[in-house]
Amino acid sequence: MAASAGASRSAGQKPRPVRRALLYLGVILTALITLFPFFWILRTSLESDNQVAQGVGGKNGIIPGHLGFGSYVTDLTTQHFARPLLNSAVVALATTIVTIIVASLAGYALARLHIRGAGAILGFILLAGFFPVLAMIGPLFLLLRHLNFLDNIYPLIIVYLVYTLPISTWLLKNFFEQIPIELEEAALVDGASRLQTLRKVVVPVALPGVFTAGILSFILAWNDFAFAVSFLRNTQHFTAPLDIVTLGQSAFQVFYNRIDAAVVIITIPIAALVLIAQRRIISGLTAGSFR
Amino acid sequence: MSTTIAPAPGQPARARRRSPGKLDARQRGDRRLGYLLVAPSLILLLAVTAYPLVYNIWNSFHFVNLSYAGLPHNFVGAKNYTAMAKSAEFRAAMVRTLAFTAVTVVADLVLALVLAVMLNAKFRGRGLLRAAVLIPWAVPTVVSATLWKTMFDPRAGFVDYLLGFIHKGWATITWVNASTWKSWFVIFVADSWKNIPFVALILLAGLQVIPSEVYEAARIDGATSWQAFRRITLPLLKPALVVAAVFRTLQAFFVFDVIYILTGGGPGTSTETLSFLNFQTFITNTDFGYGGAISVVLVVIALLIAAGYVRLLRPETA
Amino acid sequence: MATVTLEHVSKVYPNGLKAVSDLNLELKDGEFLVLVGPSGCGKTTALRMVAGLEDISDGTIRIGDRVVNDITPQERDIAMVFQNYALYPHMTVAENIGFSLKLHRAPKSEIAERVAEVAKILGLEEHLSRKPAQLSGGQRQRVAMGRAIVRHPAVFLMDEPLSNLDAKLRVQMRAEVARLQRRLKVSTLYVTHDQTEAMTMGDRVAVLKDGVLQQLGRPQEIYTHPANLFVAGFIGSPAMNVYEGALSEAGDEIKLGSQSFVLPASWAASDLLAPYRGKRIVVGVRPEDLPDAAQAGQPSGGQRLVGQIELVEELGSEKFVHFRIDAPRVQAHTAAAPGEDLGALGKGEIGAAVLSEGVARVAPSSKIRAGDQASFTLDVERLYLFDEDTSEAIRGPDS
Repeated sequence: MAASAGASRSAGQKPRPVRRALLYLGVILTALITLFPFFWILRTSLESDNQVAQGVGGKNGIIPGHLGFGSYVTDLTTQHFARPLLNSAVVALATTIVTIIVASLAGYALARLHIRGAGAILGFILLAGFFPVLAMIGPLFLLLRHLNFLDNIYPLIIVYLVYTLPISTWLLKNFFEQIPIELEEAALVDGASRLQTLRKVVVPVALPGVFTAGILSFILAWNDFAFAVSFLRNTQHFTAPLDIVTLGQSAFQVFYNRIDAAVVIITIPIAALVLIAQRRIISGLTAGSFR
Repeated sequence: MSTTIAPAPGQPARARRRSPGKLDARQRGDRRLGYLLVAPSLILLLAVTAYPLVYNIWNSFHFVNLSYAGLPHNFVGAKNYTAMAKSAEFRAAMVRTLAFTAVTVVADLVLALVLAVMLNAKFRGRGLLRAAVLIPWAVPTVVSATLWKTMFDPRAGFVDYLLGFIHKGWATITWVNASTWKSWFVIFVADSWKNIPFVALILLAGLQVIPSEVYEAARIDGATSWQAFRRITLPLLKPALVVAAVFRTLQAFFVFDVIYILTGGGPGTSTETLSFLNFQTFITNTDFGYGGAISVVLVVIALLIAAGYVRLLRPETA
Repeated sequence: MATVTLEHVSKVYPNGLKAVSDLNLELKDGEFLVLVGPSGCGKTTALRMVAGLEDISDGTIRIGDRVVNDITPQERDIAMVFQNYALYPHMTVAENIGFSLKLHRAPKSEIAERVAEVAKILGLEEHLSRKPAQLSGGQRQRVAMGRAIVRHPAVFLMDEPLSNLDAKLRVQMRAEVARLQRRLKVSTLYVTHDQTEAMTMGDRVAVLKDGVLQQLGRPQEIYTHPANLFVAGFIGSPAMNVYEGALSEAGDEIKLGSQSFVLPASWAASDLLAPYRGKRIVVGVRPEDLPDAAQAGQPSGGQRLVGQIELVEELGSEKFVHFRIDAPRVQAHTAAAPGEDLGALGKGEIGAAVLSEGVARVAPSSKIRAGDQASFTLDVERLYLFDEDTSEAIRGPDS
């Protein structure tokens, strides 16, 4: 709406330019609160060990005099951060693939195949998402120990499904429901079986939804801490989030520059994913809700 | 007079060919396929939720402690539960958790509502702000916890640096593990910073469903912005508020990562929540019997919270 | 006194789009004025400016004697019925209707009384405690009207309130709305794209195109004396048949394709037609002015338009006969700007083998069939003539 030619006033309503100013103030404040901490992390990660020991101030102000990538190098070499990164990537990727396949099948079935008790099944799947994760740790620990799978990243792939399946199934179900049923009917009339229809017609059209579910799953799997800290012991087997906690801590000093460098490394792919898919994520999460 | 109710905007018009009871061969085949397709999800999820739950229940009635490797896992009746009820540690954790949850949920809902209203308004760069706001939610808790740990560190952090300008003595305040209140404050900031965006998104979705024409009609009817917000926005936002509240309540009640990384439960045990206690019992003390009892209680609480909010939604659809 | 005056009102969007240009309009007290035109003609924008929902780029809007340019919608003492009704989904019918009264802190008893009164007028008594989602389209429309009526405002503003109803309901509601307005005597500004609604409901009709007022007048006036080609083609259904013809050098004959029609001597002498002698001229004839020449009762010596019959649509009460003649057709709806060429084929020869369609309305007893060649009585007095370059009307029937 074009800006008002003059101030419109009525009892209890502020003039338009004032409201506009308040809005922009809020926007700036929000942007600051959201992004400044990241800037700070970046800044700290580019400091040297000495600068961290010195503290913030003087030459070491908001933008320090000396900046260098030393911490990054240290992280990836002497602190062995590369291995946990790889572990995280492997597990998250595997979880994502499993999730997409399993959730697509379930989502399609719930959306189209008139299962008796579809509501209850979806309800259970969503309920699993509400489960307190910590409550599962004990028994799973015992099980993995019994199977000699403790301190191993591969069982995590299955465990992480408790994070990814509920929301992916819900999201994909909504996506499938939004596809006009005429498309599938046309395929069926043309002679395709249900599975063929699913593969050749539905999935390609639902690709944006699958993509969104994939990104969400990757993020959720990557971010886990509770399971990792409970099951993994050997630093070689750590996932990235877990490794950050122990990295950069010595008996005498906390090397914030190294910790923050690791944080930056781990944040960049996530931030990239979010920026690429943000519109999809938002619309995917809000599709079909609150009707 | 026949009532023709138009389908809600956006909802696909699905032809529901349902003849009660009798299904043709194709529909029966569909149904069978359907069960087959949901099976993997169900099995996998059951394995990760129902199985541990059942195991926990079993353990909670037995003595199961790996530190005492030699001792057999005897049946001990309700001993674990009574011990839990008597334990001061447990009760303290419960109180802390409840208090933290109450404060956090209320504060976050209000802040998220403000954020959602802001994100719903039209301004240049709105898409960018929405994307930016998602990032705190998307990063691992490790990142958000470490980030704020850094920010609140007396030497490496920005908070004390900023405070130093206001009052010299404030430049070296220790926050984490210095005092209970300061530690909880940092935990609150870290946890809310990360989770408010998600809550705001849910509320934003609810806001977007309200047709803008309704607001125009309200203006013509004589409503000020505040009146429109109170009488139209809030009531229509109720389902979204409830959903957001459920998510946030569950998340706040079971908070773990942030506590472990920021304070490790300290100073002393003053920031130990129920989840933290649970973790300690299982992993540090390797007591799976007592831990099982705690877990069962946690699951029951989770179900109660979810059920409570569902009840809140019900009367609308009656 | 509840009048609405628009003086030189314009609306220009930031991207340069001119939605409304220099609109001058006066809604008289108690009058039902219809703004009609195709989508994008600016009628809704104009209405919203009167409501205060859109800012005015230029000009003045007055309600009564008060200039309302900078006054908020809340304070304009208007009521509006939206195309999609904009009912409050979470409130009952009674609450929807009473909302504005509640906002103005009227006592509960008064609210209840006035809501009941309105419900009675609109037949909504049974539905007072239901929510909009439980109502049919027609009922929702009535609630929207109820919400407007209950406030006894100075002016009603209606934005295509009947567009979302099915055809039969629309016809019924048309009459009800008109009846209601007559009974309540509230000044009403009504926007629609449906020319039938405009003609049947309005005391006066304002035709808009591309943000510019084409003509303002009573329905009958607009029908028989359209100011230009656009209005002529827009009002009346089926639309007027419009062709490119030519006036003879002497001004006594009009050529339409391969057919010619003799004009009365008075026309040849008139100044009105003088500039067009020997030139092209746009000729319009309404379908209702082309009766079947073979029917009983048609003058045997009259002039005839001969056409090749393509299709006959049976309506029961009459027939629509689709025919072809060999004159180029002119698109009335996209009447060109001055100077732009109207002809379908550019400046070609008249009568170069072009076949265009036309529609005639004949009596149900007519024996015309598809495939035939048939004749229609053409009374030259019923012809509408337009300037090819400016698309303004030169003459119409009863001139």
